[in-house]
Order: sequence, then structure tokens, then C-alpha cells
Amino acid sequence: MEEIKNKTQDTFPGEVVPVPGGDIVLTKLDDIINWARSNSLWPLTFATSCCGIEMMSVASAKYDFSRFGFEVARATPRQADVIIIAGTIVNKMAPVLKRLYDQMADPKYVIAMGACAISGGPFFYNTYSVVKGADHIIPVDVYIAGCPPRPEALLHALISLQEKIKSGQTREQLKTEKPPQQQLPKG
Amino acid sequence: MQNQTDILSTAQKVSPFGGDLEGASGDMIINIGPQHPSTHGVLQLVVTLNGETIKKVEPHLGFIHRSIEKMCESLTYRQFIYVTSRMDYLSSHINNHGCALCVEKGMQIEVPERAKVIRVLMDELTRIASHELWWGAMAMDLGAFTPFFLSFRERETITDIMEDTCGARLTMNYIVPGGVMAELHPDFQKKVKAFIKLFREKADQYNELVTGNIIFQSRMKNVGVLSKEDAISYGCTGPTARGSGVNCDIRKLYPYEVYDKLKFDEVIETGCDSFSRYLVRVKEMYQSISIIEQLIDNIPEGDFQAKTKAVLKLPKGEFYTRVETARGELGVYIVSEGATTPYRIKFRSPGFSNLSALNHMAKGGKIGDLVAMMGTLDLVIPDIDR
Repeated sequence: MEEIKNKTQDTFPGEVVPVPGGDIVLTKLDDIINWARSNSLWPLTFATSCCGIEMMSVASAKYDFSRFGFEVARATPRQADVIIIAGTIVNKMAPVLKRLYDQMADPKYVIAMGACAISGGPFFYNTYSVVKGADHIIPVDVYIAGCPPRPEALLHALISLQEKIKSGQTREQLKTEKPPQQQLPKG
Repeated sequence: MQNQTDILSTAQKVSPFGGDLEGASGDMIINIGPQHPSTHGVLQLVVTLNGETIKKVEPHLGFIHRSIEKMCESLTYRQFIYVTSRMDYLSSHINNHGCALCVEKGMQIEVPERAKVIRVLMDELTRIASHELWWGAMAMDLGAFTPFFLSFRERETITDIMEDTCGARLTMNYIVPGGVMAELHPDFQKKVKAFIKLFREKADQYNELVTGNIIFQSRMKNVGVLSKEDAISYGCTGPTARGSGVNCDIRKLYPYEVYDKLKFDEVIETGCDSFSRYLVRVKEMYQSISIIEQLIDNIPEGDFQAKTKAVLKLPKGEFYTRVETARGELGVYIVSEGATTPYRIKFRSPGFSNLSALNHMAKGGKIGDLVAMMGTLDLVIPDIDR
């Protein structure tokens, strides 16, 4: 019982205070909102090339990202929370990616999957058409290395993103959150 | 290095949704893509509709044009093969195979018998994996979600086999000029045999689930008709053309490696509609399984790679080879000036020609069937754009 209690305290951002007649949970509103958001992230089905197939593998039965709350892959950016850039972004696709990002509702998060989305990948050399990294177009929260990354790597990135959201460290959250107030000196 | 402002200023000048958007009176123009789940990648289709009837389908390409051909000009004959894995990533082995064959033709390298058999085994495994994925995605396009999970379950078995030997799940880079890169994994034969058994068990169930389904059949039959003459004149190859009764399997017509010694049938359907193209792919999986069964116990002993020079230099001239990928005929054309890098490389990709027939197929059909037609073409967009 004690073990289960410790575990829930690890995942749930709050402190259970035992009082006679029932326990009280003490938490911050920000923490609980971030906790809720991080456990229900809907990815956008945005796949340009090879990494898209590995993304499909993660969605399928063997790896199954629904286990971690990425249940519903949406085809429209208006219903999605996280955009997984799976594949190369070329100059013609760059404005489309920007538009998709702009159409997503706040708060929105970005994962750059694979070498192409990080830096142009294997297509960095002597090409005239490839954008050398998706972060030239939209801000990226989590990068995954690989060409293409293994499904486990994508799962790790998704979990890293959840942790980042829980701690309020994503670019979206840092942009909107106010800087912490300085404590007044005592006395 | 391009900076953000550069890209955004191009964005304002060249809008992907621009072009001729004003149709004739009463026509409605719909943009499908580039972000659309059923285009299987980033393809934009500008569809002119009259009511629900399609008048014209205009594919717009270039959303994933990575200038692979240009890049190959600055890479050596050993290096450029790795880039071609990213072209048609669902049959990456066969892409590498075509390029390796072309270099070997130029260098006149004799490939050991063992390497030839391993190459064919890997090609056929890739073909099954590609068709499995197509089958799931195709059914998903029509609204059935279960086949996607079922097909990926079997496909993972093949990717595991690939991973053991090649070290990668998708872009293998296993076939190199002169043979294959590494020795087979000790468990290869055992695992492939287990897969064959599993495939035979499951595939019949899946056929019952989808192929015999009356809703599925009524959405596929007499939809997207492409006659034999049209398939030839549009340059269609692979299962798309064989569904229209065209005799075009490169493995039969111009056999490479050990295909001339194997017993298998070229699957040809004469229905000319979406359903025949579907049947061709499903039956091809069984043919691939029978090829693997013939070879898996008869892998000859010997070297897996011929002894080649460290730096390959093709003699001056032009070289062309073709192989049968899961989508059709892949042609590799190399112009050499006698240097360590090619002067020019051109790929004849199967998807490009198959896509060109879409307008002809879709004309007069309904907008709801367009997705089914595209599904049976089995397009891989990076293969088209390159």
C-alpha cells in the first residue's frame, strides 16, 4: 500500500496530507494542468518520408504509443497538440509546415524526428532544395537522432516531451509563463 | 545555411495553394494535400469537380524533392547507394540492388553465387513487407482500421529478420557493389522459416477479412478502370500495369541474379479495375513466399562479396540496368566520364509513371473513390519526387 502511495506521488504532482475524516491533496494549479496536458497529447499525422513508416510502426500494435497517452492521431492540425516532423523538409514544404504549425491550437509542441528534421540528415551535402533542419521554420522541443530512429527512440522522445511539459520547460510554456517573482527580503 | 527569413519570404512568393484556382462555371476545385493522410506522403492533388463527379485531377509534385540525383553526382560509386535507400524506402533493398547491378555492369564484377541468392531472398522479403504495409494502409484508406494493425504485426517479423542481418529496420544499405555487406545472421534461416509458417497461417484469414468482404469488393470493382492500352501508353509498370493485363515483370522478361532458375508465376489480372490491382499485390505475396521457400534451404556456400578495388572507377560510357521493385520497374542510368563519381545519374522511378495515369483513371469517377484509386496505385512520394 505504501509502495502504491509513493508511486502515485511520483506521477501525480501533489502532496497527500492525511487529515482526520479524509485526505487533502495540496498542489499547484499549473502543475495539475501540465500533468493533465502531458498525459493526453494528440499527434498530428505529419509524415513526409521514411520516418513516417517508423511512426506508423509506433502507432501499430507492437510498440503502441497509445499506452503513453498518444492515442488519437489526428489528420487536421486544429485538433492536434504535438507535431512529429517525420522526414525531410524541403523548401517547397517549408511554408506548409509553418502554416500547419500556425493552425494548431495553443499549447503546441514539436518533435523533430530523424536526422533530416534535425539538420537535413543524409541530404545535407550538395543539395539545393533541403531545409537544413526543421528548427529553421518552427521551434522544436525534442530532437531524436537516427535515420530513421528506432520506434523505441520515438517512444523515448514522446516520454521526454511529457516530462518536459510536466516541468513546464517546453518552448511554448516558457513563452507564456511569467518569470518567477523575487521573494521580498524578510523583515 | 538558410535562415528563417529567407524561407519565409519564399513562402509568401510561392504559395503551395496558388495556381489556377478559378475553374469554369459551376466547377468546384478542391485541394487535397500536401498534408492529407490518404496521399501517403506529401502529394498535392488539385481536383476539379462537377457535383461529385471528377473532371480533372492534377498532381502537384516537389514537396519532397531532395535532389537525390544531383547529390549522387558528388558521391562515389560506393557512397551513392546509401542515398537511394531513402528514395523508395519501402523497397530499399531493391533500390540498392538496382544501383549495385549498374555499377557491377560497368565494372564487370562477377558476383559470387551466395551473394546472388542472399540478394534475391532479401528482395523478396522486402517485397512482402512492402505489400503488407500497402495492404494495411489501403484498407485504412477505405475506412477499415483493423487490417492496419494486423499487417503491421506480420511486417514487424520481417523487420526483425532484416535488423538481425543488416542492422537497420527500414533503410538497410545491405547490398553493395560486388555482393552484400555482411554475412547472414546465424538465425536467419530459422527465422525466415518461422515467418513463412506464420504468413501462411495468417494470410488466409486476412483474405477472408478483406478480400472476400462484399463492401470492400463493391467499392473496388469497376472503379478506376485503366485499360491495357492506356496502361502501356502511360508507361505504367509493376502491379498497376499487371492489374490491366500487361506483361511487364522485369524478373521474368529480363531476369537478373538467379530469377531465371526459379519457378514462379507472373501474376496478371485482366479486370483493369482497382480490385484487380489489389488482387495482383495479394497474389504476389504468395509468389514471393514460394520464391523464398525455394531458396532458403539452398543458399550456396562461398564468399558473400567479390574482391573489389577500394576505389571504384567506372569506364567511360553509359550504363543502364533495371530491377522490379514492389511498385514496378526501377531503371538506373549512369553516365560515366571515367572518374570516381558519376557524371550523371538518372532514376526511372515506377511511382512517377503510375501517378500519371491517375487523371485518366479518375476522370468521370466519384470523389469518394479517388482515395481508393490512389491506394491501389501504391504511391511512395519520395520515390516520385526523388
